[in-house]
Amino acid sequence: MMALLHRRSREVVCQQAVELVTDYLDGALSRPARRRLERHLRGCPHCTEYFAQVRATIAMTGRITPDDLSPQMRDEFVDLYLRWREGEGSA
Amino acid sequence: MTVRLPALKSHRDDPDGPLLQRVRAGDEQAFITLVHRYRPTMLRLAEGYVPNQAVAEEVVQETWMGFLRGLHRFEGRSSVRTWLFSILVNRARSAGARERRTLAIGDLEPAVDGARFDTGGHWTVPPQPWTDLVDDRLTAERMAGHVRAALGDLPGRQREVVTLRDIEGLSSQEVCSVLEITEANQRVLLHRGRSRLRQLLESEFGRA
Repeated sequence: MMALLHRRSREVVCQQAVELVTDYLDGALSRPARRRLERHLRGCPHCTEYFAQVRATIAMTGRITPDDLSPQMRDEFVDLYLRWREGEGSA
Repeated sequence: MTVRLPALKSHRDDPDGPLLQRVRAGDEQAFITLVHRYRPTMLRLAEGYVPNQAVAEEVVQETWMGFLRGLHRFEGRSSVRTWLFSILVNRARSAGARERRTLAIGDLEPAVDGARFDTGGHWTVPPQPWTDLVDDRLTAERMAGHVRAALGDLPGRQREVVTLRDIEGLSSQEVCSVLEITEANQRVLLHRGRSRLRQLLESEFGRA
């Protein structure tokens, strides 16, 4: 009974699992902690879904593309560059 | 200004290496390509340190000047973008009217609202599946718009870390050196930021 209780206390519950996702994805969990988490995930479809959602969120964020430069800003930066190039040439 | 940047294994690891060579050789198109690629992230970073957008724009402009001036000294020990972002953060910091804000590390906001778990910590309101819906191009585009807006609403440091990690793809080590924060803080900020964005997507998909 004691052993069972002990084991149980070391088990990851859902509310803890969702706080471990970033450490897990970064490979920052200790090996035992990772094993406990993976054991939980195997038995918990909700947390498995949650982890998939975090991965999907990261993928969505990665899809954000830079805004286009306005023609005016582009000219300003070309200007900046040309001035630098002239300065380099005369240096 | 001495910033320790994580070393690259090799020059060839840097996706911007070829562009940098062209910028050095006098190719303005290569410079514009770099500006185009990094200006939005630089603005987002700068906004975390200075009072308004106009000052942020100035800081970005100064950073590019500093970048060009430092070109001949840059030895490629770090990646181009890590170097660029480091210049930016240094400039933004000195331009910032307010001191570096304290890191919201003590902020114990959970990844998921505690009301969604029972007292044993098990889900009572589990996440509704939506990841399959992302396969639809139109839906994905609409959601990307929401993510972009939500990213702007994240607390400053969370936004910076998420931008550098998940948009720019910097390693955690690179982010730590650019922002001068510890690995542990970096991960907490990333975790809070990503958790909020996931929550937003869950709400948006739930509404759709």
